Amino acid sequence: MGGITNNAMIIRRELMTRIARLLMQGKLEEQVDRIPLELRPKGSTDISRCCIYKDRAVLKYKIMAMLGFHIQDEEDELTPLAEYVRQAFRRTEVSDEPLTVVDAACSACVKANYVITNMCRGCVARPCLVNCPKNAIRFEGGQAKIDSSKCVNCGMCQKNCPFHAVVYVPVPCEESCPVGAISKDEKGIEHIDYDKCIYCGKCLVACPFGAVMEKSHMMEIFRAFREKRQVVALVAPAIAGQFRTPLENIVGAILQLGFHDVVEVARGADVTTANEAAEFEEKMKAGQPFMTTSCCPSYTASVRKHIPELEPFVSHTRTPMYYTAEMTRKKYPDAVLVFIGPCLAKRFETFQDPNTDYMLSFEEIGAMFVAAGIDVAQSKPADVGAGIDPSGRGYPVAGGVAGAVGKKLAGRVDYRSVAFDGIDKARIRELKGLVRSCSGNMVEVMACEGGCVNGCDVIANYKVASRQIGELVKK
Amino acid sequence: MENKLSVKVCTGTLCYVMGGAELQLLESYLPAEIAARVDIKGAPCLDCCNRTDAGKAPFVQVGDRIVAEASLFKVAEVIKEMLKAEGKWAE
Repeated sequence: MGGITNNAMIIRRELMTRIARLLMQGKLEEQVDRIPLELRPKGSTDISRCCIYKDRAVLKYKIMAMLGFHIQDEEDELTPLAEYVRQAFRRTEVSDEPLTVVDAACSACVKANYVITNMCRGCVARPCLVNCPKNAIRFEGGQAKIDSSKCVNCGMCQKNCPFHAVVYVPVPCEESCPVGAISKDEKGIEHIDYDKCIYCGKCLVACPFGAVMEKSHMMEIFRAFREKRQVVALVAPAIAGQFRTPLENIVGAILQLGFHDVVEVARGADVTTANEAAEFEEKMKAGQPFMTTSCCPSYTASVRKHIPELEPFVSHTRTPMYYTAEMTRKKYPDAVLVFIGPCLAKRFETFQDPNTDYMLSFEEIGAMFVAAGIDVAQSKPADVGAGIDPSGRGYPVAGGVAGAVGKKLAGRVDYRSVAFDGIDKARIRELKGLVRSCSGNMVEVMACEGGCVNGCDVIANYKVASRQIGELVKK
Repeated sequence: MENKLSVKVCTGTLCYVMGGAELQLLESYLPAEIAARVDIKGAPCLDCCNRTDAGKAPFVQVGDRIVAEASLFKVAEVIKEMLKAEGKWAE
């Protein structure tokens, strides 16, 4: 889902690249306030909103999110971005709320999903008005209007209009959210309810205004570089599909950025596979009807917050990131550990993990390569993964986890896997139903269609990435 | 078949990050009769990103023409146009 090219995505990546470049030059504080002006220079006709000033304001707030701030933390509108840069460099903690809504960019969406168009003839029958259960329709200037404060989006007006004058207009972020965690306040601006949010990142991909932003950890990571600390990257296996190059070059390029070492999370995936296989065997022997995977943090958050009845069936095995970070922490007790991964859910997991310090998304690491002028294909290939089972590299593609566990079990027990990839509203209901009847005994669940290769922060199209990863697994 | 129209899709990191990754699907995006008339290759950096006059990434080279801010649709249109000009294809 992250791979779908659109201008909101391009703007985000352009901003990330500019921030990374200035950080590398040590000039961010000095020049950050110029970025919105450079992207929307005086006289520019390349405008996305009502005017150049609004465009610049939105860019400013997007930068604020990329510096790791919550937009609503702004106290004084005159505070320059340079001040946020200074504050970010002093900051000692990252927040457990990984998203922020740029309010200046939001609020463009309809309050009620049904809108009466100019095709309304103001007829005598007025079935829209007669059939509206909430009295939300009134006539003004000979045409029907919907009062959004009364409308409950039932759609009766649309169903009854003889002229097809009523259209349904979605609110993309709300429509994409599988759990109803994003909704409007009284001013029409979207807010995220973290009691419900499952960190799937679907809203941030869905918003055509790019108003939902991830709070980046880039500032913390650059500070660690600046303070000459050892910074170690833990790379999610999905990275192997992100560039048109062998994994060896990607690892080489990350080292070139100044990371002290790069550890493949596929190494931890091997531990997850072994533990999950052992746990599966044990649970089946104990008579449990089925077990589900636990490595997608968005899925486990869905269970915790919305499907508690499924909780006893979720594997207690930890994620590949957990095991990898544990191993890496032993080797580098004082290093800064940075997980490089495909999605928002993993950013949240990084926050919870006892050993990982920060997270960089694939988009962010891509922007850092561009900023540093690194062409991944030209970087010096590094040694990768001696002793990693190829099945561990297959985790990010739907079916990969269940496949690895099945391979490990090697026919010792009855193993029938079912895969659910892509969590949406309907899927949540289906998952609830699993408790009553499940067609297999091992359920693999991934929040994104196609697996982690289709996370909200990926660069490559997931079909291309899956193909590349498939080749690695075959090796 | 000789004389296929050459299409070079830049797979350099900058192009890839700025939306070029999607262009890897070009072959399957093109209608079969057009796909048969082109030779699509991934190319290392076409060096357009270092020029100030070439426009914005991602870049694709169709024959001798550079397509800037390339999208699947835009590249397909240029391919059709060039095939028509060479008399190799008619709509």
